[in-house]
Amino acid sequence: MTPLADDVSAYLKQRARWSPIEIAFWIFAFATIWLFPGKYLIMKDTAILALFALSLDLILGYAGILSLGQAAFFGIAGYFSGLVAKYGIVNEPVIALILGGLVAAALGFVTSFLVLRGSDLTRLMVTLGVSLMLGEVANRYSDLTGGADGLQGVTVAPILGLFRFDLYGHNGYIYCLIVLFVCFVIVRRIVYSPFGLSLRAVKGNALRAAAVGIPVKWRLVAIYTISAGFAGIAGALLTQTTAFCSLDVFSLDRSADLLLVLIIGGTGYLYGGLIGAVIYRFLQDWISTLTPQYWQFWIGLVLVVIVLVGRDRIGAGNEAVRNTIHRLGMRLLARPAALGSAAPDGH
Amino acid sequence: MAILETIGLEKRFGGIVAAHDVSLAVEKGARHALIGPNGAGKTTVINLLTGVLKPTAGRIMLDGHDITALDPHQRVRLGMARTFQINQLFLDLTPLETIGLAVSERLGSGGDWWRLVGSKTAVTDEIVEIVERFRLADVMHERTAILPYGKQRLLEIALAFACRPHVLLLDEPAAGVPEAERHELLATIAALPAEVTVLLIEHDMDLVFSFADRISVLVNGSLFVDGAPEEVARDPRVKAVYLGEEADA
Repeated sequence: MTPLADDVSAYLKQRARWSPIEIAFWIFAFATIWLFPGKYLIMKDTAILALFALSLDLILGYAGILSLGQAAFFGIAGYFSGLVAKYGIVNEPVIALILGGLVAAALGFVTSFLVLRGSDLTRLMVTLGVSLMLGEVANRYSDLTGGADGLQGVTVAPILGLFRFDLYGHNGYIYCLIVLFVCFVIVRRIVYSPFGLSLRAVKGNALRAAAVGIPVKWRLVAIYTISAGFAGIAGALLTQTTAFCSLDVFSLDRSADLLLVLIIGGTGYLYGGLIGAVIYRFLQDWISTLTPQYWQFWIGLVLVVIVLVGRDRIGAGNEAVRNTIHRLGMRLLARPAALGSAAPDGH
Repeated sequence: MAILETIGLEKRFGGIVAAHDVSLAVEKGARHALIGPNGAGKTTVINLLTGVLKPTAGRIMLDGHDITALDPHQRVRLGMARTFQINQLFLDLTPLETIGLAVSERLGSGGDWWRLVGSKTAVTDEIVEIVERFRLADVMHERTAILPYGKQRLLEIALAFACRPHVLLLDEPAAGVPEAERHELLATIAALPAEVTVLLIEHDMDLVFSFADRISVLVNGSLFVDGAPEEVARDPRVKAVYLGEEADA
């Protein structure tokens, strides 16, 4: 290979390398199992919220699809995993989780054709409408779903037949964290693949994307389906770790919270949903212990401040961070190239 | 043999006829220019050819296939690519990623979701060839948004070229390029491989007459004159309608 070809290949691959900050992030995430033993329940909620937000980031941050209806996928898989456990159809949680994700993905595929026509506002309304309709369907068939009382009597078998969901949420948290990590690795892989790159192109300029031969519509259908699948896994996790599922899985609040999480954390760099979920969940927890009655006021205030004041700065920060990483990457790349020219067999 | 042919192409926007009975034949390997005064319908014709717009009537043939009903990306796969008059680039991507995207797509691996970008040598080899041909090697790691305009213009053509078209449509490739960067751009266009048929839509008469071996003149949505450059230059009607307007401007 010519030096230029080496350079091209190295540069393209280097984009996907795990940075030390990322590795530190995940080491810390797993260290929380031992660091904060009293916080399992809230940390478990956070992990589920993070996975859910990651699913939205996939369509919003990478494909530019704004949605207020991720709860549809969260909810359908939540009920699905609750029902299969309750009636003993699928007892093993991991298998039920994967099936839940597939059910949600199937719903995502079917509804994608409604969502992908029209502009942002149309999409927002269609996604919202789908989740509201499903909520009503679950309410109507209360014989099966328990209606407003929620789905009672769910008993979830031990994970892989080995690890029981304990009262303190210890195993439940580890389970959620591992699922989050596995899903994150898959999402990361997708984002750095040619498919992921083509999504960024579609988001950046759909007209040109079509003009270089990218089937824009099918790429969007694909990512919407994948995103729905991950949202479903998050919903199934919630049902499995709480042994309960209620109509609020379909609520507008849940989809709206998700947008707030991404506003706090930022979109399009994968960690926005994760960091946003941690900040949002702990902020909520902290404020609600300070003022149990009026905590929503303070959350609202924080959001207004973030959007009005902080957003530009966060945006500018991202830009600066991106440029720094970019420059570092260039320097790291330049070094092996220089070595290579001095000693051709050097590496 | 005509590689690209339109038969009675027509496009109406409500009451306005933007293209009327356009029957254009572009020969294989030609350097064909489509010229016309502002508002003559040149861009409409390009949009019809590439599938951004669907014609009200008429047919479009590419290499013997009727492509009238095909989507833009399908036409690209059949071998027709275009550049845009106003840059349509992916500003957040680098030239390397941009070209890689088009090459992956053409080699059928653009939908791969498990493989990392840059792990296929067939793709990287082709990226290298295109980056060198279009003199983008020195800026290939920069974000497209911060490239000098001339480089963006080169990338605009490189991106279309990366689709390996049999027919390349260049929509005012030199528009807005500063004098200092112009030479590089024109040299690159002149060096396009002979087997690639080029249809050039252009305002710049120097470029048209130095490059084209055949010229079609479009006026008010209709084909007006069609012939070799000398014939077109001599045609008194063209002088009146088109060159006359240029002289006034």
